[in-house]
Amino acid sequence: MKAKVYVTIKQNVLDPQGNAVQGALHTLGFNEVGKVRIGKYLEVELDTNDRAQAEERLTVMCEKLLANTVVEDYRFELEG
Amino acid sequence: MKFAVIVFPGSNCDIDCYKAVEDTVGQSVDYVFHTATDLSAYDAILIPGGFSYGDYLRCGAIAQFAPVMTEVRKAAEEGKFILGICNGFQILTEAGLLPGALIRNNSLKFRCHQVDLIVENPKTAFTNAYAQGEAIQIPIAHGEGSYYVADETLASLKANNQIVFRYAGDNPNGSVDNIAGVSNEAGNVVGLMPHPERAVAEILGSADGARMFTSVLNAWRERNGAASIR
Repeated sequence: MKAKVYVTIKQNVLDPQGNAVQGALHTLGFNEVGKVRIGKYLEVELDTNDRAQAEERLTVMCEKLLANTVVEDYRFELEG
Repeated sequence: MKFAVIVFPGSNCDIDCYKAVEDTVGQSVDYVFHTATDLSAYDAILIPGGFSYGDYLRCGAIAQFAPVMTEVRKAAEEGKFILGICNGFQILTEAGLLPGALIRNNSLKFRCHQVDLIVENPKTAFTNAYAQGEAIQIPIAHGEGSYYVADETLASLKANNQIVFRYAGDNPNGSVDNIAGVSNEAGNVVGLMPHPERAVAEILGSADGARMFTSVLNAWRERNGAASIR
């Protein structure tokens, strides 16, 4: 089973990289661009077919290591 | 008094910390590798700056699970003196031993220069040789030193007097409330982004960091002096 994990900066936390990219997109003429937020995307292969167990374990992985919940949110999708 | 300087793969201020202990307080100091499983011999634990585990995932994210960190947690609970400098501060926040998190500087630049600091709490184990509100100069060197805490945590930090240092004047990284260093509730664990070990002699540009080391020796003597008199 494969998991796609998304780690994103909390809405109330400043994202200077996102702001810089927003500025660059405006400079390139993409004036329709509003806020830009940069996050992380992880692909995690899991040696299990038990969906419930995979979700439970992924939550622990995110809480312990993959995200710092002081400044980041996380979500994941399971495939297969 | 015995100091430990923890060495992770990617630590690069460990030698500076070791030398700073020798030069400022002349106490016994050892390098202790990240794989160590016993810190019982040490009274103070210094977690130095650098790029532990290449800053992979997040600064300090991997280091928080190194074997030695179990011992650092134990030492913190026992009330031993623990100082995290720069990457060491990031590791202590990731480990949950200090509140908050350190994120990318708002300038997106690696800032490496002297900064003016205000000593906000001279009652911690690492600041007792300073005066309340004293202005000092210590250099910073980081790309991810913007201190963030949620509003409710910030309120509790203020209520418990856990803000140890603030940047005076220019805020170099966008830290919330100009915070440069914090302590845990008990005051035995302190973390800061500036590098006191790089400011221990006038020839280095400032000797203002030296008193962080004399402070912890004071704190240790106070604790053990009281016990040894009897």
